[in-house]
Amino acid sequence: MAIVVAVLIFGSLAFHFLTPWYFTPIASNWTSIDTAVNITFWVTGAVFVAINLFMVYALIRYSSKRGGKASYEPENAKLERRLTFWTAIGIATLLAPGLYAWDQFVTIPDSASVLEVVGQQWGWSFRFPGKDGVLGTTDVQYVSDDNPFGINPSDPYGRDDVLISDNTVHIPVGKPIKVLLRSKDVLHDFYVPQFRARMNLVPGLITYFWFTPTKVGTYEIMCAQLCGIGHYTMRGTVIVDDQRTFDAWLKTQPTFAPAAGARQALNSRGLPAAKVKLAENRN
Amino acid sequence: MAYATLAEDLKELHHPKTWVGKYVWSQDHKVIAVQYMITAIAIGMVALVLSDLMRMQIGFPGSLGFITPEKYYQFITIHGMIMVIYLLTALLLGGFGNFLIPLMLGARDMVFPFVNMLSYWVYLLSVLVLVASFFAPGGPTGAGWTLYPPQAILPGTPGRDWGIILMLASLAIFIVAFTMGGLNYVTTVLQARTRGMTLMRMPLSVWGIFVATILALLAFPALFVASVMMMLDRLLGTSFFMPSLVSQGQHLGYNGGSPILFQHLFWFFGHPEVYIVALPAFGIVSDLLSTHARKNIFGYRMMVWAIVIIGGLSFAVWAHHMYVSGMNPYFGFFFATSTLIIAVPTAIKVYNWVLTLWRGNIHFTVPMLFAIGFIFTFINGGLTGLFLGNVSVDVPLSGTYFVVAHFHMVMGVSPILVIFGAIYHWYPKITGRMWNDRLGKIHFWFTFIGTYLIYFPMHYLGLLGMPRRYYEYGHTAFIPDSAHMLNAFITVIALGVGASQLIFFYNMISSYFYGPKAPGNPWRATTLEWQTPTTPAPHGNWGPKLPVVYRWAYDYSVPGAPEDFIPQNVPAQGTDRHHKT
Repeated sequence: MAIVVAVLIFGSLAFHFLTPWYFTPIASNWTSIDTAVNITFWVTGAVFVAINLFMVYALIRYSSKRGGKASYEPENAKLERRLTFWTAIGIATLLAPGLYAWDQFVTIPDSASVLEVVGQQWGWSFRFPGKDGVLGTTDVQYVSDDNPFGINPSDPYGRDDVLISDNTVHIPVGKPIKVLLRSKDVLHDFYVPQFRARMNLVPGLITYFWFTPTKVGTYEIMCAQLCGIGHYTMRGTVIVDDQRTFDAWLKTQPTFAPAAGARQALNSRGLPAAKVKLAENRN
Repeated sequence: MAYATLAEDLKELHHPKTWVGKYVWSQDHKVIAVQYMITAIAIGMVALVLSDLMRMQIGFPGSLGFITPEKYYQFITIHGMIMVIYLLTALLLGGFGNFLIPLMLGARDMVFPFVNMLSYWVYLLSVLVLVASFFAPGGPTGAGWTLYPPQAILPGTPGRDWGIILMLASLAIFIVAFTMGGLNYVTTVLQARTRGMTLMRMPLSVWGIFVATILALLAFPALFVASVMMMLDRLLGTSFFMPSLVSQGQHLGYNGGSPILFQHLFWFFGHPEVYIVALPAFGIVSDLLSTHARKNIFGYRMMVWAIVIIGGLSFAVWAHHMYVSGMNPYFGFFFATSTLIIAVPTAIKVYNWVLTLWRGNIHFTVPMLFAIGFIFTFINGGLTGLFLGNVSVDVPLSGTYFVVAHFHMVMGVSPILVIFGAIYHWYPKITGRMWNDRLGKIHFWFTFIGTYLIYFPMHYLGLLGMPRRYYEYGHTAFIPDSAHMLNAFITVIALGVGASQLIFFYNMISSYFYGPKAPGNPWRATTLEWQTPTTPAPHGNWGPKLPVVYRWAYDYSVPGAPEDFIPQNVPAQGTDRHHKT
């Protein structure tokens, strides 16, 4: 038994250092999260090895095959106090970097631009505020074939909102982004492993988180909150561009048109018929 | 004195005369315990088969043609629900709670034997209602074992028509059953202890079961109301958990409800539930380690207080399951702190188990192997809990295979190892027979090493970023082929571990008929259940007179004593140095 436990200890350590499966390379500002994870690995790893090796030694040294008699020591208050104290220190060592990173997580930079992510079974769509920098208000009651985003048609702020309804969104590199999350039906989760930060989408609420993309590239969005039978197909793509490419792309995207009805407005802007069709199918 | 009235032993037990009265409509806590155990293990086998089926889909996607996405989600849901509620909770509290409490405390039976009997039969009903959902139109619910609304009751989720209704009904029935049993356990511990059995002389098994039962009595009502509320949302169109929404193009009539409210109710039950399973396991494993290391449990009083403190704190940590749920993010500071604080008493328990082995006289019996295996897997699972409890560390890991690996290690494998150890340990007292030692050891090695090979590497798939509850991953750029190979490897091991449980069943069943007769106290243990006049213990447990307790439960290897154990009902001998309690 002792030998097997020893093998498992060192096997686990070897696996940890040799594993081909580990965090994807980080592509956002959240290195503080990775730091907290790494500190946790070192502290817990040390505890894992120490306690288990102590146990292995006890199993070998005090096996009944050696014929010894057990000692009689019901308590040792001093030892127990010491162990409690050092455990508390260890816990504080883990908690500090965790809470430090969380403090950053809940503090959204003033300079952050806004991206709205809308989830529904089983796909993603996105909305940028237009030139006015403000998203139009939305409500589930406005959702229809002509208005898949449910934007309030009488809200002037909504008219210039840029709508992306095909699962792929572009964002500019190096700028903090506040992601507002909204769901039309059930819970979803906007999860891009490389960004580390993420949050659930909750119908009836607007949730949020923020991050700064740091590497140009293409990243997959995977829904990470069970959302029904098509959950595993609810994929999307985030393309991180440099600012110029992003600006050029954003210009080509359709905006929400006022009360007259989204379909005509979209068509008048020359949106391909296929895209309108897609928006319809998704409803 | 708290134990005065019932311990006076004035009430005569009504002994049943027919076979049906003894073994079916039985009010004997030992028979009810066995009924609970067999039912829980039987339904657990269903969950085990479901897990092997889902592993086939994960490891070898599409290899079993009948596993559609619909079936896959139904399998994972029912697997989780059965394992957590209908197996672990029922087996540890209904099974071991029933068997051990009266025997360890020197009582003749539970305080309310009739209610105890009802508890089992209502539990069986809840299991049957759950099983019925497999045969209902549309099958069982596939909402995930957490049953998060709105999707749990909307089209687009399997079992939306009947499955979810039967699931919620089954949970409510289970909670009724548990409440009847739980009130019994608490009352029996407080009122029916024999003379001399003070609270601080109780074996830790009873302490663990006692505190877990209190937790369950306080936590299950949250699940009960959540089930009823969701049932009303589903059947009557109320909006407790349902905001206004558009489901697959349809505007539904719901308005103003909160999906997050359900999550709070669910985890207000769900986190204590972890300790409802863990605390009995903590208690039982303490007794196994002490008995088979021939040494008193180290730091008994600290162990008792750790159980009580963990139980108390377990009600203040629930929202660590909800860091990315969309609740107010400032809650994260509080719940991360409370969650990491709970690690301190838990760590103390681990130290004390290991220190119990230290300077012991360790006998590597089958129950002891399982107990040591538990320490190892629990250390692993406990430490990964420090990742997930620490709010910002949880953010990238939440909802991935890291979580799956963590909770299987800490509340799947660890309590199951204790349960196996406990079954091997008490089997001679329950049946009067000994099992086959060689088969027991083979079963241990397959189970212990196999489960570690399954769950340890799985953490790294989570670090990589693979979300759980995916029917298939298709082509995803950041997931290398090697990760799919690892999944295939895990599936192969899981099938092996599943099959190796047949060794256990063969051993238990054949030993019941052909095993050698067991002595009354084969482990030379101190606690009262081993001091019954006959084995198996008769109805009423103790013959004409109740035992009287003179010492704590852990007088092993007392210097100067003739043997290396002194049972609790042996008076002070002058030579022995018993622990003052």
